Amino acid sequence: MTTAADQTEQLSERVRAAFESKTPLNLTGSGSKAFLGEHVEGEALDVTGHTGVVNYEPGELVMTVRAGTPLAAVESVLEAEGQMLAFEPPHYGDNATIGGTIATGLSGPARPFTGAARDFVLGTRIINGQGQALRFGGEVMKNVAGYDLSRLMAGAYGTLGVLLEVSLKVLPLPRTQITRVFEQGASEALTQISDWQRKPWPITGAYWEEGKTYLRLAGATSSVESACEKLGGETLDDDKSFWRKVREQQRPFFENKDKPLWRLSLPPAAPMLELDGDSVIDWGGAQRWLHSDMEPVGLRRVVKDEGGHASVYRGDTRPRFHPIGESMLALQQRLKRSMDPAGILNPARIYPEL
Amino acid sequence: MADAALADAAEKVLASRPDKAQLIEKLTAELPEHTVLHVEEDLRPFECDGLSAYRQLPMIVILPETIEQVQTAMQVCHANDVAVVARGAGTGLSGGALPMDNGVLLSLAKFKQILDIDTENRRATVQPGVRNLAISEAVSHLGLYYAPDPSSQIACSIGGNVAENSGGVHCLKYGLTTHNIVQLEIVTVEGERMTIGSEALDTPGYDLLALMTGSEGLLGVIVEVVVKLLPKPERAQVVLAAFDDVRKAGDAVAAIIQAGIIPAGLEMLDSPAIIATEEFVHADYPTDAAAILLCEVDGTHAEVDEHIADVTAVVEREGATEVRVSRNDAERAIFWAGRKAAFPAMGRISPDYYCMDGTIPRKALADVLIGIGELSKKYGQRVANVFHAGDGNLHPLILYDANIEGELERTEEFGGAICELCLEHGGTITGEHGVGVEKIDQMCVQFPPDELTQFHAVKNAFDGKGLLNPGKAVPTLHRCAEFGAMHVHNGELPFPELERL
Repeated sequence: MTTAADQTEQLSERVRAAFESKTPLNLTGSGSKAFLGEHVEGEALDVTGHTGVVNYEPGELVMTVRAGTPLAAVESVLEAEGQMLAFEPPHYGDNATIGGTIATGLSGPARPFTGAARDFVLGTRIINGQGQALRFGGEVMKNVAGYDLSRLMAGAYGTLGVLLEVSLKVLPLPRTQITRVFEQGASEALTQISDWQRKPWPITGAYWEEGKTYLRLAGATSSVESACEKLGGETLDDDKSFWRKVREQQRPFFENKDKPLWRLSLPPAAPMLELDGDSVIDWGGAQRWLHSDMEPVGLRRVVKDEGGHASVYRGDTRPRFHPIGESMLALQQRLKRSMDPAGILNPARIYPEL
Repeated sequence: MADAALADAAEKVLASRPDKAQLIEKLTAELPEHTVLHVEEDLRPFECDGLSAYRQLPMIVILPETIEQVQTAMQVCHANDVAVVARGAGTGLSGGALPMDNGVLLSLAKFKQILDIDTENRRATVQPGVRNLAISEAVSHLGLYYAPDPSSQIACSIGGNVAENSGGVHCLKYGLTTHNIVQLEIVTVEGERMTIGSEALDTPGYDLLALMTGSEGLLGVIVEVVVKLLPKPERAQVVLAAFDDVRKAGDAVAAIIQAGIIPAGLEMLDSPAIIATEEFVHADYPTDAAAILLCEVDGTHAEVDEHIADVTAVVEREGATEVRVSRNDAERAIFWAGRKAAFPAMGRISPDYYCMDGTIPRKALADVLIGIGELSKKYGQRVANVFHAGDGNLHPLILYDANIEGELERTEEFGGAICELCLEHGGTITGEHGVGVEKIDQMCVQFPPDELTQFHAVKNAFDGKGLLNPGKAVPTLHRCAEFGAMHVHNGELPFPELERL
């Protein structure tokens, strides 16, 4: 475990000064997810020194941790107590922080089955754009006092506040995990996965790549075993390493660096789309990865017509995030200004207007 | 100062005196006449929600039948600076839908259609007036259901559930409303229609779906909801465990969780609640127990067998004096009957009762329960406690008689003291019922001025004129100053040294 250090005062002071001088700040952690979103012009505000577990009681299923704490350290503290972050966050680097994990709002293969990063946020402590340290939500499972500004922080890329602390709901590690493999084409896989999900089985991962569907079951031993019996398929050896590679984009598919890597977020049962390039399917169909040098406007139109959106993950194509409508953008601009009136927190990381 | 401007806007709206006749004329010029109600006998049914201690006749009620009519109503009100309170089924327990005598009550009662059931994506698109239970009933034949189940689920509507971020008995395992919806259609205060969230699992830009859920009608009017559907578990089974000591029951709750089990439901009743419900429904609860736990597990047959054995072992180890396991669905229903009848059972032993909603860390259950007992003696009023123990969500029911002069006021003060007791133990004043008008003063205790100011700034981004449900959910600093002054005057502002969560 890394050392604990509370830098609330220093960080707040930096933001306060930046607010007064209207100096844009570039919030930085380990840089593991710097490739996501647009480039930020601004003075670096490094949060990696603000570390430590503030509160963790396994019986409460809650951990409160400072934003600069390494994700790996958080996970090992939880694992020692037989618990986990059930949204299975990608690290994308050795020193990923928990703050960056929540700020980017990323979730791993378990997302459609156990929930997203935002679903596990119970409370946050943030610095708003005026340098005020504020606390929202709390450490309890249910809390409807005041607007839910905590979950709003997940996926806001630090543009609404500097994360100081997050309180996360944690869950017990499953007692058993088994992955079954089925040979089938992409369209067949989508239909099959949709059917499986209407069964009360403990599915926690559904991934398709090169003619094979990988279905992960995890939970009570008896339940996993009885589902496997009904499912058939082949058991995958060393499935923990397989799913880690899916989560970290370390499968051979992701090694293609010639074409931009697109992330397509879709209704899970949306059909395979007519797009150029190779793709794999995660999240039971709701997240699809595509290597394609298609022209972005056309690609995005096809995805939007199916109720989804497309963002650029790797490669130089811009804009990175799927543009949003005019009045929605205006609303989000007003929201941004309400948290960060001088527009100094990670300006333009998501859209030029935010 | 922006804060001062915001407070001014809010107070201006609260004090405004719109010309009723003129407004009726403007509304009926653009809306069908039968959708605009304005004579007293038509307004009477809307004078309160589930918190019936608070009553107020609205100036006008609008009962739109289409989204376009909602838009028109909002446009007219916005152009004329008239406040709007949106209302679903009116079952809320915090006065969130309490009308204003100088404002419009916008009832979504006519929006009762289930518009689409999408089996492939396991979702349903419903209008806001659809009852919570009606969704599960409509998809039951597909082996699916909608998970959040507030105890009012037979009557409460999904639009209200979203506005309050309603919970229920099964939250610990299946989440709150915010975890079980994917998309909303809203009408803004200006009358514009917007889509929040998407049919995919995330949306570009900010997560407004989380922000909108639980915003108590202060940010927009919900006119359509896409909910997630889950496969029905193969089986559910309940363990009933009795304890001779409240602390042992509280410890057993933590022990179950620590054993790695996430129960579908984990409820606790204290002795007064056990006795009152037993007399009412005869669920055969052990009336000599200090507390009972009801622990439901669900899943596949094999999983339920495994977990029932585990739970039984844990509660026995924690000193349960009696343990029963439901043998079939009929017996499971009997086990639950007492818990589900807890509120009406109170109605039998007391003319009125007042339901609180604090949430605390599970480890504080016993201490808070004992603290509530002490407060009960201090205020000289009886309390029965039912808890969603798995989530630490308490529902103390304070018994009172509104016909006795001063008793309602004393009950409210008692309720406020319970809220503050929850805060002292690191909890929150409301877990699932919302702040509404009921707990607005306690918001001043839970949140410091900077946090409240930030809430007002966010509100301003959605509703610059402060017309949506003014006076609810988030207090003005002015109000807090008055509340604080009153409190300090009584010499009992509790725990000033405490950092408020």
